[in-house]
Amino acid sequence: MSRSATDLHFSLARQEGWNRPPVIEPEGEGELLEVAMGPHHPSTHGVFRMDVALDGERVIRLKPVFGYLHRNHEKIGEKSSYLASMPYTDRLDYFCSMTNNWAYALAVEKLTGQEVPERAEYLRVILAELTRIQNHASSIGFLLQEMGASGTPLMYAFREREKILDLFESLSGSRMMCNYMRFGGCRVDASPAWLDAARKVVKDLPAFVDEYERFLGGNEILMARTQGMGILRPELAVNAGVTGPMLRASGVNYDIRKVDHYGIYDRFKFRVPVGDHYDIYDRYMVRVLEIRESITILEQALREIPGGPIMDAKAKIRGFRPKPGEAYGRIEAPKGELGFYLISDGGPNPYRYRVRPPSLINLTILEDMCLGHNVADVVLIFGSVDIVLGEVDR
Amino acid sequence: MKSVEEIKAAIVAAVPGAGVEVVPNSSVSGQHSLRIDHAHAAEVATFLRDDAELELDFLSNVTGVDWLDKEIAEKVKVTRQVVKPVEGGEPGQTQTVDESVEETRKHVVPGYLEVVYHLYSMAKKQGPVIVRMRTGNRTDQVEMPSLTPVWRSAEFQEREIFDLYGVVFKGHPDLRRILMWDEFKDHPMRRDYVDPDDYEYEPTAHDEVLLRTKEHKSREQGLGEREQAASGATASGGGQ
Repeated sequence: MSRSATDLHFSLARQEGWNRPPVIEPEGEGELLEVAMGPHHPSTHGVFRMDVALDGERVIRLKPVFGYLHRNHEKIGEKSSYLASMPYTDRLDYFCSMTNNWAYALAVEKLTGQEVPERAEYLRVILAELTRIQNHASSIGFLLQEMGASGTPLMYAFREREKILDLFESLSGSRMMCNYMRFGGCRVDASPAWLDAARKVVKDLPAFVDEYERFLGGNEILMARTQGMGILRPELAVNAGVTGPMLRASGVNYDIRKVDHYGIYDRFKFRVPVGDHYDIYDRYMVRVLEIRESITILEQALREIPGGPIMDAKAKIRGFRPKPGEAYGRIEAPKGELGFYLISDGGPNPYRYRVRPPSLINLTILEDMCLGHNVADVVLIFGSVDIVLGEVDR
Repeated sequence: MKSVEEIKAAIVAAVPGAGVEVVPNSSVSGQHSLRIDHAHAAEVATFLRDDAELELDFLSNVTGVDWLDKEIAEKVKVTRQVVKPVEGGEPGQTQTVDESVEETRKHVVPGYLEVVYHLYSMAKKQGPVIVRMRTGNRTDQVEMPSLTPVWRSAEFQEREIFDLYGVVFKGHPDLRRILMWDEFKDHPMRRDYVDPDDYEYEPTAHDEVLLRTKEHKSREQGLGEREQAASGATASGGGQ
């Protein structure tokens, strides 16, 4: 502890540049304090540490420390065959295994040029949007939990999530580690009974969102603690590669479902919610509105889903060896742009298997958002990023 | 969206002297890339970001790739002078004859570390444009200019490549290990990385595990004997 901060664990020196975190000078005569928030802090959603330098309660420096959950997922991917990596992708962002599967399948399909039958595309959309709804609902629940609304909002979100996980379980056999998609289609077909069950869940969802929003949207504590807090300017958000609801809350209209039209997203009508105050409240609001848009996509998809095969007839399961080359495939996962970059040398394993983790890259600007705020608000700002450590550390 | 050749022409026109090379991609994805040189990397990157037509404001993905040294065997026809006995001549009489022999020559193409940047435009909603840079080799020339000053999103990703591949990014504001701990020595994503012997006793060792068990036990035994020998030597030395 010292006034000059020379004894701190990290240096306060900084590089200049508009896209670097600003320099916050300590005020007054008090001593600086270095606090390690985490790795076992309940607000970090896993094992993650923030080394914070505090001037009183004000944050003047923040360094995220990763790697507690690192198992070198990419090396494992290089050592196993293409298909064997599919169940491993479930473990990246374990809240959203369906979208992880889809991103990986999409990258491999780009590499090999495989076609996906129409019914499988519809099933993928349905599952991805269900994933998005449960992810956003629980992420809002966690945010409220960190704000001190202990239990109740999270349990409301988990009640809905439970219904969606039941759907996943009855379709794929597993609630969270679904391992459902394959290169050129899906693993098992959905029965008419499953589709009816999904329709019923989707029919009940708007009432849940209405209720959730009625309780939370005008809540005084929520507004007081989130409005004007953790502001992220759009130019910095774009430059720092922030994606997903975080980016859209910063006022940038960029949704890969609209930009790339991967799968069959060009067939559905939906809007892209965009924030205009760039704060935590906007992030909360964008997520709520995205749940509503996902519900409209689900209604359309469940109405229009055709019959037919769910696997490309030419898809090869055994002896799968893509021609030499490389491909980058990306989707709009609930947390942002999830991409897979594959290099094939013609062998049964990918030569290079890279995951572009939205959770890690969205944390690049964590320090910029937290500087100058009180240490209690760091928890909220961090919560509004919505990360899963399984994907950050890989 | 411009093709890679057009982008190459635009870069060369805007940044005089920049070395740009199209790297074709043979897969059906058709994602060809541009290899740029180190000296002009920052200028080229700034041009790609700020050019009104491209406006690649979003650096999505940064990937490290390790390409090992390749040994290439070539079959070459060589004419060589061979001493042969003269046919039908007296025994012992020889002559020198030119003979063409096929010879395999091996030469090593040095490996390198490669960093691949996937760029998109959020303003123009186009992309990807793929840019790559290569190091001189895998051992002592592993430096590369950092693009973090141009795109902040490279900050953690370049740190990750520094950590797992050992590429040193010049001009990176905060180049430290990110996933491995600071005291760690090697770079685990390199192709020739050897896993540490972290064998743990398993009650039903079989197949690969059995092999690893044997390997581990022999190593452990060898180590034990050496230690014993060392301690024995000091003990006997102390006794006298």
